[in-house]
Amino acid sequence: MTVNRPVDWHLLVSQLLNGLQLGLLLFLLASGLTLIFGIMNFINLSHGAFYMVGAFVCATVVQATGSLLTGIVLSLASLLVIGAAVEWLIARKLYQNDHLDHVLVTFGLILVFDTLAHIIWGPAGMVIPLPEILNGQVRVGSFVIPSYRLVIIGNGLMVGVALYILITRSRLGMLIRAGASDRDMVTALGVNIDRLYLVVFAIGAAMAGFAGLLIAPITEASIGMGNEIIIIAFVVVITGGIGSVQGAFYSALIIGILDTLGRSYLDDFLGLFLSNQAAETAAPALSAMMVYILMATILVFRPQGLFSPSGLRK
Amino acid sequence: MFKFLENLPARVYLAVTALLAVAPLLVTLGSQPFYLDLLTRILILAIAAVSLNLIIGFGGMISLGHAAFIGIGAYCVGIPAHYDIFNGFIHLGLAISCSAAFALITGAISLRTHGLYFIMITLAFAQMLYFTFVSLDEYGADDGLIIYQRSDFNGLLNLENPTTLYYTVLVTLLGLLYLMHRLVHARFGRVIIGCKHNEKRMQALGFDTYRYKLTCYVISGTICGIAGFFLGNFTNFISPEMMDWTHSGELIFMIVIGGTAGIFGPVVGTAFFLLLEEMLSGLTQYWQLIFGLVLILLVVFGKGGVHGLLVWADTRQTAQAQPENDS
Repeated sequence: MTVNRPVDWHLLVSQLLNGLQLGLLLFLLASGLTLIFGIMNFINLSHGAFYMVGAFVCATVVQATGSLLTGIVLSLASLLVIGAAVEWLIARKLYQNDHLDHVLVTFGLILVFDTLAHIIWGPAGMVIPLPEILNGQVRVGSFVIPSYRLVIIGNGLMVGVALYILITRSRLGMLIRAGASDRDMVTALGVNIDRLYLVVFAIGAAMAGFAGLLIAPITEASIGMGNEIIIIAFVVVITGGIGSVQGAFYSALIIGILDTLGRSYLDDFLGLFLSNQAAETAAPALSAMMVYILMATILVFRPQGLFSPSGLRK
Repeated sequence: MFKFLENLPARVYLAVTALLAVAPLLVTLGSQPFYLDLLTRILILAIAAVSLNLIIGFGGMISLGHAAFIGIGAYCVGIPAHYDIFNGFIHLGLAISCSAAFALITGAISLRTHGLYFIMITLAFAQMLYFTFVSLDEYGADDGLIIYQRSDFNGLLNLENPTTLYYTVLVTLLGLLYLMHRLVHARFGRVIIGCKHNEKRMQALGFDTYRYKLTCYVISGTICGIAGFFLGNFTNFISPEMMDWTHSGELIFMIVIGGTAGIFGPVVGTAFFLLLEEMLSGLTQYWQLIFGLVLILLVVFGKGGVHGLLVWADTRQTAQAQPENDS
């Protein structure tokens, strides 16, 4: 029955766009994570909290002022400050410590951020109302695409390109790359490594916040919204190779698209080999595991991930 | 013969154990059955914490996915019970073999990596299991399953009786602590501790460290699966939420409060964690904020947890008693 079903191009295109959207959001989260991991050798579990704070701050400002742009600017600014504060007050003291300390401190930060969000914004979620122009649909031939989806994809790609230029073409980027492959050497060459760490942490936090405020008009801002997506962002970081922004980009897209397509097409695909009923039972479980299976497979052959920056200590 | 009683941590831990042994009596006298529940919960999670401490405290393998084993153990009670199989030997056997198998497969892959990668991979595997159970509609998906009858050991043990359940868990925990003591003082334990400090050196000495670490990981996962078996029986309810990674984080929190350097530390840490949670959550709905702050301060300022504190107090006391040895 499922085998001979004609391909529904509209569905496929819309799922591919969904996958691209998820992939780019993951990239925004993972690129900050991978830099913090790679350069400072610091595990930041609370990166998801930045994602949540970004969404909440933007929602509050938009609801108060009615201007989306003000919301975005203030949200990014507040995350730069929060990110810098976390680095300055807490993370900085622990770079030399065991990873166990990083896990604990950032786990504590999650509890603090989540509860503070609960105190400030209450237990219910918050919506970000979109201006008319972003809330419509775009027609391309016979395809109808929600315009906000294109906004997310466009913004994600834009940040990706900006980050690429920053990292490959600017002096700051050169220092970041150098820091990721040999920290001691960078320090020895007279670079103020503390300031570099502060900047990277703040930028990472801002990018996570940007991802949060981008998705909030669709899912609304809610407490703990970052705790789930952050795990997939970790998977992206590991598969891409810790410290590699390029790796994070490719693996984010692969994982975003694989996850989305798996959820919609795996039962059809399994239907080719199994009975329909078996396929329908197995598909949801298998599609939930697929991303992790991909990660495990890649790690069996390349424990350092797809694009590990050379010289990076484990 | 009682030479070990000369040091302070040992005396404190012995006192705690004695207190736990008579606790049901005190609870019954005070007619506060609620506290027996709390104590049972502490003991069950203490089993999980002790098992986690074997790999974190002694092996230096920081796993952020240990809650998955609790979930496996609990589902090994819930799924057979769903099909009206209540035989405890089957439940326990399944819990042990399934958690050992999961530990073997994920451990074999995870242990190919180190440091950051290991932490995130264990986390990812646990989430994989979490989402798998969330998508299994047959077993209640997100909502989980209610277990209508506790594991039945052919009349050997009546787990429906809260006091019997309490003592079963207590005896298991004490047996486990003895096993840990023997394990970390045996050659196997020495190799594991050696790997934590310098794995390359252990390899140079001719040890196949990968095998030792994998064995250690499987032992730890299996024991944690047993904790899950008890937890499923205790709560009469299972859901994927038990495997959520925040619970793995809490387990790490427990062993760090207690101190990772000793065998008994995790037990004290678990008790501290659950009692504090009980107290604070009665006080304010925002208790997690205080928890988070305690955790941050503990890491930034305090070292070694309760065990570290006791050892410190002990050395200070000894030093005061024998000032001439100070120079």
